[in-house]
Amino acid sequence: MSVLSMKNIFKSFQNLDVLKDISLEVSEGEVVAVIGPSGSGKSTLLRCATFLESVDAGQVAYLGEAVDFRKKASIQRAKGCFGLVFQNFNLFPHYSVLKNIMDAPVTVQKRNKSEVYQQAIQLLDKLGLADRTDAYPCQLSGGQQQRVSIARALAMNPKILFFDEPTSALDPELTGEVLKVIRSLAREHMTMVIVTHEMAFAREVADRVIFMDGGIIVEEGTPKEVFDQPRQERTRQFLRNYSGL
Amino acid sequence: MIVSAIDVDKLMLMAQQMSQGVATTLSLFILTLLFAMPLGLLVSFGRMSKNVIVRNVTKFYISVMRGTPLMLQLLVVYFGPYLLFGITISPSYRFPAAVISFSINYAAYFAEIYRSGIESMPAGQYEAANVLGYGKGQTFFKIIFPQVVKRILPSVTNEIITLVKDTSLAFAIAVLEVFTIAKQIASAQTSMVPYVAAGIFYYLFNYLVAFIMERVERKLNYYH
Repeated sequence: MSVLSMKNIFKSFQNLDVLKDISLEVSEGEVVAVIGPSGSGKSTLLRCATFLESVDAGQVAYLGEAVDFRKKASIQRAKGCFGLVFQNFNLFPHYSVLKNIMDAPVTVQKRNKSEVYQQAIQLLDKLGLADRTDAYPCQLSGGQQQRVSIARALAMNPKILFFDEPTSALDPELTGEVLKVIRSLAREHMTMVIVTHEMAFAREVADRVIFMDGGIIVEEGTPKEVFDQPRQERTRQFLRNYSGL
Repeated sequence: MIVSAIDVDKLMLMAQQMSQGVATTLSLFILTLLFAMPLGLLVSFGRMSKNVIVRNVTKFYISVMRGTPLMLQLLVVYFGPYLLFGITISPSYRFPAAVISFSINYAAYFAEIYRSGIESMPAGQYEAANVLGYGKGQTFFKIIFPQVVKRILPSVTNEIITLVKDTSLAFAIAVLEVFTIAKQIASAQTSMVPYVAAGIFYYLFNYLVAFIMERVERKLNYYH
């Protein structure tokens, strides 16, 4: 089943065309890695999928239901389908770890507080943060903050989780602990779209890899196809900068 | 002996009159804060509005409030009804007139303080709240405003301390607050004592304000 469907998406900022007729389908349980140079439109694609940017043209659908951008209810319903993990976490600094995770399910989804609490504790336990429930974001390392933000997204029970360069703000050691979490989510067949510069990780965890450049999808396929036998010269050229793949 | 008895009487009378002034100054101060702080938030919204007309009207309002003397505003608010419309004004309008002029003046300053705090918030906080499905009001009051309060607290303290001293301007329309009364007694008794007493009062008042605000700041120091 298709969880996310983006069709013929166009987006430009002033005179700069950032997305030129991009289409993307993500099926349930699929892990898609989006790679490409800076400015290729990867992040803009995620921001359009999560409504942080409006599209100039094209259609976005979640679970087969096309989003009507003129209707708030339609947008709000679609928002219930996805979660987004940011590059720089964007945790709420004035809330404790527990409150960061629990607040949206309780205030936005109006779910039962004790049920949400149970879920939050389970998530924190799973992400190795069981002892940090009462800490504030400023007391955590970057890796811990990113794991909290993953827990915050998961607590909304999304059908699909987007990651916008989730490890770009972290040093290699902290990157490892965050990748470990994403890897375990992949094993549980969480549907995910991951924008990343971690090529080895993309290759290992993704079912499908998309290479973007200049606002278009240059090439896509299985990690083996894209990394080992890239058909496009531009892909080869880009991958040459990453050794040891 | 006789002289000192008169002195004690004089001092007692002075203390009694001054204490009435203290009550008036305190009410003026509290009411001004009560009106100016929420009004300032409204004005800051207008100042940041996407609507060009609303934004420019608000901008003009702020520039007039900041660009003309508070004492002049006080006189305009008090005498305006009579001078402009011929409405007879009674002495009972003095205190409300002071509250009104202080409130609309301080609202302009508070508005700019709020704006500085709101505009300093990183876009990521709005985006995270947006993706999680928070509405506009929820985002502002649950996520943004609490953090803004922490950021602007030092500037707000400054403004409140200035207000304590500015209440003395109400003497211009003969509101019987501490400074007005001190001035009256000082002229009647040709004495420096009332001024000294008033000075001590304002100083202690502000000492208390600074003390409380420091406590509040410390309370919000659990995160950064």
